[in-house]
Amino acid sequence: MAEQQIKGYQTGTFVVGNRLLDPEQRSTQARTERSNTLTSGHRACQGCGEALGARYTLDAAMRATDGKLVAANATGCLEVFSTPYPESSWQLPWIHSLFGNAPAVAAGVAAALKAKGREDVRVVGQAGDGGTVDIGFACLSGMFERNDDVLFVCYDNEGYMNTGVQRSGATPPAARTANTKPVGPEPGNVFGQGKNVPLIALAHEIPYVATATVAEPRDLEEKVERAMELRGARYIHVFVPCPLGWGSASEDTIRLARLVKETGIFPVFEAEKGEVTSVSKIRRHVPVTEYLKLQRRFAHLFKPELNTGVIERLQAGADRNIERFDLLADDEGAEFPGEATDQAGPPESEPGRPVEPDADSDVSSLLRETHGKPR
Amino acid sequence: MLEQLEGSQAVARAVGMCRPEVIAAYPISPQTHIVEALSDMVRTSDIDPCEYMMVESEFAAMSACIGASAAGARAYTATASQGLLFMAEALYNASGLGLPIVMTLANRAIGAPINIWNDHSDSMSQRDSGWIQLFAETNQEAVDLHIQAFRLAEELSLPVMVCMDGFILTHAFEQVDLPSQDQVDDFLPSFKPRQMLDPAEPMTIGAMVGPEAFTEVKYLMHAKQLQALDAIPEIAADFTEGFGRESGGLVRSYRADDAETIVVALGSVLGTIEDVIDELREQGVKIGALAIKCFRPWPIDEVREALVDADRVIVIEKAFAVGAGGIVGQNVRLALSGCEPTVFDIVAGLGGRPITRKSLRSLFDEVFEGNIEPNRLHFLDLKKDVVEREIGRTENGRNPGPHAENILRDIGTVASDSH
Amino acid sequence: MEKPFAITLDVGSSLANKTGSWRTERAVYHDRLPPCNHGCPAGEDIQQWLYEAEEGGEGYERAWRKIMEDNPFPAIMGRVCYHPCETACNRGQLDEAVGINSVERFLGDEGIKQGWRVEPPDESSGKRVLVVGAGPSGLSAAYFLARLGHAVTIRDAGPMAGGMMRFGIPKYRLPRDVLDAEVARILDLGVDLELNSKVTDVLEPLAEDGFDAAFLAVGAQIGKRAYVPAGSAEHVLDAVSMLHDLETGEKPLLGRRVAVYGGGDTAMDAARTAKRLGAEEAVVVYRRTREAMPAHDIEVEEAEEEGVMMRWLSTIKKAEGGKLVLERMELDETGFPQPTGELDELESDALVLALGQECDLSLIEGVPDIEVEDGVVSVGPDLMTGHPGVFAGGDMVPAERSATVAIGHGKKAARNIDAWLRGERYEAPPEPELASFETLNPWYYSDAPRTHRPRLDVLRRQDTFDEVVQGYDESNALFEARRCMSCGNCFSCDNCYGVCPDNAVIKLGRPGELYEIDLDFCKGCGICVAECPSGAIRMEPEEI
Repeated sequence: MAEQQIKGYQTGTFVVGNRLLDPEQRSTQARTERSNTLTSGHRACQGCGEALGARYTLDAAMRATDGKLVAANATGCLEVFSTPYPESSWQLPWIHSLFGNAPAVAAGVAAALKAKGREDVRVVGQAGDGGTVDIGFACLSGMFERNDDVLFVCYDNEGYMNTGVQRSGATPPAARTANTKPVGPEPGNVFGQGKNVPLIALAHEIPYVATATVAEPRDLEEKVERAMELRGARYIHVFVPCPLGWGSASEDTIRLARLVKETGIFPVFEAEKGEVTSVSKIRRHVPVTEYLKLQRRFAHLFKPELNTGVIERLQAGADRNIERFDLLADDEGAEFPGEATDQAGPPESEPGRPVEPDADSDVSSLLRETHGKPR
Repeated sequence: MLEQLEGSQAVARAVGMCRPEVIAAYPISPQTHIVEALSDMVRTSDIDPCEYMMVESEFAAMSACIGASAAGARAYTATASQGLLFMAEALYNASGLGLPIVMTLANRAIGAPINIWNDHSDSMSQRDSGWIQLFAETNQEAVDLHIQAFRLAEELSLPVMVCMDGFILTHAFEQVDLPSQDQVDDFLPSFKPRQMLDPAEPMTIGAMVGPEAFTEVKYLMHAKQLQALDAIPEIAADFTEGFGRESGGLVRSYRADDAETIVVALGSVLGTIEDVIDELREQGVKIGALAIKCFRPWPIDEVREALVDADRVIVIEKAFAVGAGGIVGQNVRLALSGCEPTVFDIVAGLGGRPITRKSLRSLFDEVFEGNIEPNRLHFLDLKKDVVEREIGRTENGRNPGPHAENILRDIGTVASDSH
Repeated sequence: MEKPFAITLDVGSSLANKTGSWRTERAVYHDRLPPCNHGCPAGEDIQQWLYEAEEGGEGYERAWRKIMEDNPFPAIMGRVCYHPCETACNRGQLDEAVGINSVERFLGDEGIKQGWRVEPPDESSGKRVLVVGAGPSGLSAAYFLARLGHAVTIRDAGPMAGGMMRFGIPKYRLPRDVLDAEVARILDLGVDLELNSKVTDVLEPLAEDGFDAAFLAVGAQIGKRAYVPAGSAEHVLDAVSMLHDLETGEKPLLGRRVAVYGGGDTAMDAARTAKRLGAEEAVVVYRRTREAMPAHDIEVEEAEEEGVMMRWLSTIKKAEGGKLVLERMELDETGFPQPTGELDELESDALVLALGQECDLSLIEGVPDIEVEDGVVSVGPDLMTGHPGVFAGGDMVPAERSATVAIGHGKKAARNIDAWLRGERYEAPPEPELASFETLNPWYYSDAPRTHRPRLDVLRRQDTFDEVVQGYDESNALFEARRCMSCGNCFSCDNCYGVCPDNAVIKLGRPGELYEIDLDFCKGCGICVAECPSGAIRMEPEEI
């Protein structure tokens, strides 16, 4: 009876696995047979968000391609901590060439595979934010424009962490880095226009663009799976906190990734051919200070006194995202506690409440409900 | 089959017969006609299977070739001048990873000032990039060297740059004997990569290597380049066997057996030099030439052997190391260290300035008459009045040191009383 | 393929690099005590049985058996327990407490419906235990003693088993078929029940009938009689007797207007029973305010729904001529009611006193080493009285008086009696630290408002003793079970396995074994601890 309709009530879509779900519906990360594409023994810092993001992404891609996957990696933390001679943490064919050319290398691999009639083998290019939004940007745009058959993934930790935490084009305003120190009249990084590569990717009208965070691996996996269903240039921008560079506690990595979305600072959405197709709604809307205060790179906004001016500007940026991407749930105002966001309807015997039997017990329907409906 | 062809078209046809699987290129003069022709051939399936990638920069072109080559495809690109510099970082990467990419370099000057005409500044700037550098004297040789280059690259797992003079060769219509596809197929086996991105046998390519192994990796790169000194003559000999003509190799001597003076040069200028040598020989002057076919790796033994018996060696090169002197000259001197011949460093043909027989003839006369100082850089056909005026003008601005005086003395000006 | 030196590496070769050496703290799986379990007077492992029930299907029986390890009356408890577990439930801080009691009732009813049984152990201990009183405490003790292999005889003065579950709780709250079924299951274990057998002196059967130990659980069955001046014509009775008479088939004559004096659950039961017996008006008179009433909110609420009226801040001065004279009270600064001298009248055909109960302790009067204080028997922490081998529990010992507490006493007494019979002392396992709300990561629990049990239509509650509160069907029982946050205990959500950046959590995937930290690679970042929804992992410093 109703048993099949009630799935994972206790945990919804938010934990990695769920013993109450059918094995097929569980996430890649919940599987004992997951690829561990980036395996143990790598030299990432404690609590590294990028290591997590890379494993989430590539394990999902490996699953989607039945292990027929090649990766081209830009220079950066991910490359350095995973492949210092004589040890590699990768468990797929992987190449590192340069800092600024990962999209082109990946495109070259894809071209080779096409010429060899091996289009069953799929290609992922990956880089940090420096390798994506700055030095690799021209190659990325070229890859998009040509619609090369590459999924490019940016693991965005908002700065040049490998070289000692300098500012990148993805560093947020006011953030302290090694070259935007909180000294002088405008402490921290400047308020520029920002370089929003997901939106720039969108403007290329490539088959698929998505943003995600390491706080919601199921969402990220769904997006990777969707990306691998498509051909042509695809882009996923994954938000990966960096405890070292941000001055956050190593155990707060996922919490920060959660908060960046819940504040509206980082909109989580997906788009196909230049049109936004879905938006992850904010579940528990919180002010930006909840996110900022966990990071020493923003400590100067709180001490010696509260810098309300800058905080208001940052809040205004988040509010603009919320409005622009329609990030608040339809029943907003329903803060804590909110409405049921799972699949099971209210009990049938209770009068006055509509029953929503949902025969579609797929995880995707769970995700749809928690992450907004396609427009 | 003999055809009257533009050099670029001939090279494109030859590259096409080598069955490249990925071509990635970006337009830059004077290489454009080559890749334009190749893009046509890919579109018409004259090369098939092949992916032609219209990338957004030379950096991307080389990067795409790196990816393609690592994925096991025969990869090709062409560039020139600024384009070569823009892909410089990737050049080192391709050679460091040992990827057998073949690239045509249509030699052109490097700015500023921007200049689209021929010299060798571009290839010389990347002489230490770990690429093999072959220089073609003629369009026929350019055609032949490309066919050899793929085989050489893939045998050694090293990238090869085939250098041909921009415009002088690329845009010249000459009679070229193009081989048949069967001849090329017999000569060039299909590409069997030494390492490859393959899900069936995954590996990590491009590790970070620290002080504990970096020297060894570099030593092995050097050793592999030196292996090319054996491989290049072998491949050239094979080529002669298969195609019935001589092309390539490390060096080629011209009327040098009894020569007291040997002129050393690279590329198309050798034709003019040989004409002048013929004239001088008729007058009884014991002069010959040495063509450097392979500049990297540097065939030090072959060069010494070819030059050691001469009294004087005149190196004519289309590039120089600013503030230091000749580049080829320094390499020649290295080959001749401890030996007799006097070496003269002549820079000529920069930025497309013609190297005429007349100029060469008078240069040689000056050398014979002892008017050219050895071991100093000499600029052929330098407009002395222009540089004198400029140096004289600028020296008013600051106290001229002894070096400035030396420059003026070099170009025949008595500077002592100019201020 | 021969790989180029150093620049090309074998995949997965970093496994040789044991990053565990970086660690200064390690993650350790660690069960905490869920607040529901902590709050359960019967000591049920609620989180565990909800965990089983969440799976549905065969999980229900496993859940039922889990309850039966601590409480033999799930169907009864699912009706009459005032569920302190739900008061303690951490989910209450998120949206609403899990409907634990409702799920328990579903499981209890399922147990009866499916005829699930428990079996006594194959070997008997050869010891005989006397249980005096067939109420919740006595039945519970008998059940656990029987499961421990002892021969048990229950003696009860009354005509039917159940004690206050039968004679104190009206049918509309606890249908008798449910009570009978759960009592029968205990007797099926081989427990002897001797009804109408009042034990007048506990030492007598111990000496004469060969019992090795005794558990006294005679309850508190005598209604307290406060002095209310009343004419001889006035109809004054006590609530306990009234409910008892009703159960034994004597329908009390109450009249049209009934006043009930008192503010506890028994007062509510009396008033609601009066309505069902035909009283047009049932008025509860209580000297303090609603907030101060000892009756549970749900009882007051249901009584009010049924038309029971309340007179707060009122005492009864006297009863005469079919009227009660009430004096209005006023709260003083300390919140204590003080008489005001203002009088009022209330017409009443009968006055039911519901002012608390006292124990009949005659059976121990002759036992010199058993101490009685404030009308109840003094016991040690092991529930043994001053007389060796004589234990006591339930309403007759100092404790909160509820069926659930009494059942808990029965279990505790059984364990202590069992140990005592073997010449040992029962040592309760140490209690783990409490899983407070702060130890959880509530983000991971999706919003799921509680399902409330439907209630019988008010009209049908006017004149029938049909059960007021209805049960869950399977779908909402499952829904509710799955709202459990599994505080302090792993529920196999795979979060730790997923969120470790170093793949240093091993998912064992074997039954009963969940996860293990791979100390070769755990760098001690603490993400698994921070992201464990139920707070079942903690960081411990490495010994360096």
